[in-house]
Amino acid sequence: MAGRRSGGLALGIAVVLLTAGPRVHLSAQDTSRIDRGVRIGIIYRPGVRPGFVLLPRQVGGLDSARSIIARDLDYSDRFEVITLPGGDSIRLASTTPPPVRGQATARPTAGGGAQAATLNYPLYQALGADFALDLTLAGDTAVATLHDIAAGGVRRAIRARLPAAGQPDFRQAVHRVADQILQAALGTPGIGATRVLFVKDGKVYQIDQDGAEQKLVSASDRQAMSPAWASDGRRFAYMEFQAGRGQLFVQEMASGKRTPVATTGKALDFTPAFSPDAQTLAFSRATEEGTDLYTINLKDNCCLRRLTVGRFSDNLSPTFSPDGQRIAFVSTRPGLPQIYVMAPDGTDQQLFAPFDYGVTGSSNAPEWSPDGQSVAFHRDVAGTLQVFVLDVRTRTVRQLTSVGRNEDPTWAPDSRHLAFVSDRSGYRQLWIIDLDTGRIRPLLQQSGARLPAWSPRLPEATSSTP
Amino acid sequence: MKPVSLLFVIGLGAAVVAAGCGKKTPQTIAPVANADSAAAAERARADSAAAAQAEADRRAREEAERVARQREADSLAALGRNTEAVRSTLASMIHFDYDKSNIRSDDAGTLDQKVAILQANPELRIRIGGHCDERGSDEYNLALGNRRAQAAKQYLVSHGIDGSRIETQSWGEERPLVDGHDETAWSQNRRDEFEIIGGGDNLHQP
Repeated sequence: MAGRRSGGLALGIAVVLLTAGPRVHLSAQDTSRIDRGVRIGIIYRPGVRPGFVLLPRQVGGLDSARSIIARDLDYSDRFEVITLPGGDSIRLASTTPPPVRGQATARPTAGGGAQAATLNYPLYQALGADFALDLTLAGDTAVATLHDIAAGGVRRAIRARLPAAGQPDFRQAVHRVADQILQAALGTPGIGATRVLFVKDGKVYQIDQDGAEQKLVSASDRQAMSPAWASDGRRFAYMEFQAGRGQLFVQEMASGKRTPVATTGKALDFTPAFSPDAQTLAFSRATEEGTDLYTINLKDNCCLRRLTVGRFSDNLSPTFSPDGQRIAFVSTRPGLPQIYVMAPDGTDQQLFAPFDYGVTGSSNAPEWSPDGQSVAFHRDVAGTLQVFVLDVRTRTVRQLTSVGRNEDPTWAPDSRHLAFVSDRSGYRQLWIIDLDTGRIRPLLQQSGARLPAWSPRLPEATSSTP
Repeated sequence: MKPVSLLFVIGLGAAVVAAGCGKKTPQTIAPVANADSAAAAERARADSAAAAQAEADRRAREEAERVARQREADSLAALGRNTEAVRSTLASMIHFDYDKSNIRSDDAGTLDQKVAILQANPELRIRIGGHCDERGSDEYNLALGNRRAQAAKQYLVSHGIDGSRIETQSWGEERPLVDGHDETAWSQNRRDEFEIIGGGDNLHQP
């Protein structure tokens, strides 16, 4: 311990090689020395994803924020998150001792003020890291210092006031820090501060994208279905189902106040979808003539307009392109439901996702990606459902899932993650897949969740508890 | 005298038959006592005819009432049984193939029975609820259930039932009849249910 300053290098290496130490949150899968050895080996093989090191700190009050950020960075699937063996620092720069209180057993963390931090960049580069993050707390302000290893300097220091841990806003505030870190590192925002709405036991719930803070957002005696976000993240629409009738509502996230959508509820109205400007709500209406698509002017809550006249076929499940110029939907005109597309006024209807007549199974539940390039949907394959993605430009489809039954995909705002319902674990629950890496993780380990809807990046106001 | 009386008796018999009673027993009419004078005879004959006619009318009326009473008695006696039987027939479900909404040929007979019941009970109004199994898409099944209810309604309407007597509903896959995750359960859950919503207190057999 005496060599805290001058002997940092030797001590750090010793820690790497010898200590079993406390586990870091990141490294849940790495619990044995053998695994660590494998990990270290990987470090010397450059991956396609940038390596990311989250510098450990033994600072009271930050562990929670630190683990939230670590998980967000991991769940972004954009980095090779490098786990430091031993859970302790191999940081080599040492300025002033960190303000550790009551941690007699604290390891020789080489921490200090973020502003003064410098790293042994060549060592981190040798470990395969492209970025290193140092997270410190100054009062109620978190300082996230992102180091660019190759450039040998600080890329950006992000300061954010955090509510006290446990406060309703705390986790969302931390998620926003994580999103800024990702933005600073890669130039693209993260999906930390997002949530997923879903239906369980006839009620609408929300859950943070990292699986935390599940909360009831809409409950009545009637059965809820089909939640759908407005693109501002401040409202969502959903359907209440009772005795063969379906009524649509628009509910404000912050206040919980809900408004019935005009003309709905007398027939079976379902699958609401906001236009990107949130001025229009498209939905399906089932009558004795069959099921067809309609729109309502949300601004004035009026002016029903019919988009399709199916007669002997059904048209349902609308989803707007992000530019608002197209609506993808399901039509049974080929006999079985398949994915079609049209102009938002109902003209220019055409097949969207190709299929083999008489071979391809039913295709349903389309959702247009936020970047406009893809439409996710599910398709019946050999009697069960699988998630597919249509490439809008080439109009080709690819199957994403094959294990178990997988349905109702919904896009994350980064257009590379999808949440969906799967029974791959034995019962139906929510999962998330990264399209680029194929990595799949459970979002909610509870049975019976369905019809998920992933939010856009949420504005600060909506993160408050209704 | 004789031929007239005979003719009269025959006529009376015919009248009785014509009254619709279908009664086979011949009527025996006591001849009116002979009068000496032709006028008396004529008057007696007229009286006799009138009396006979009145008697015939009375009997015909009684018989009609008896038949009506019998019908009513039959109906009352069987009413509970009949109503239950009719309700049971009416409630029998029809089933569908996976992802289909066409009426299966083996269900046409079931629907024909409902046509007959609806025709025999003009006040009867029903609601058809279309259901799906859990295999399909949750939201699409709302449209499919609607199609299934409409398919049964269209069948009934095409067989002469007024469409205003039939409501339809879709339940999608939200109300399975049988829990289970195999074809045995699914095949029972892909169904139309039939429910009486009016005029179903006393139901007549077709």
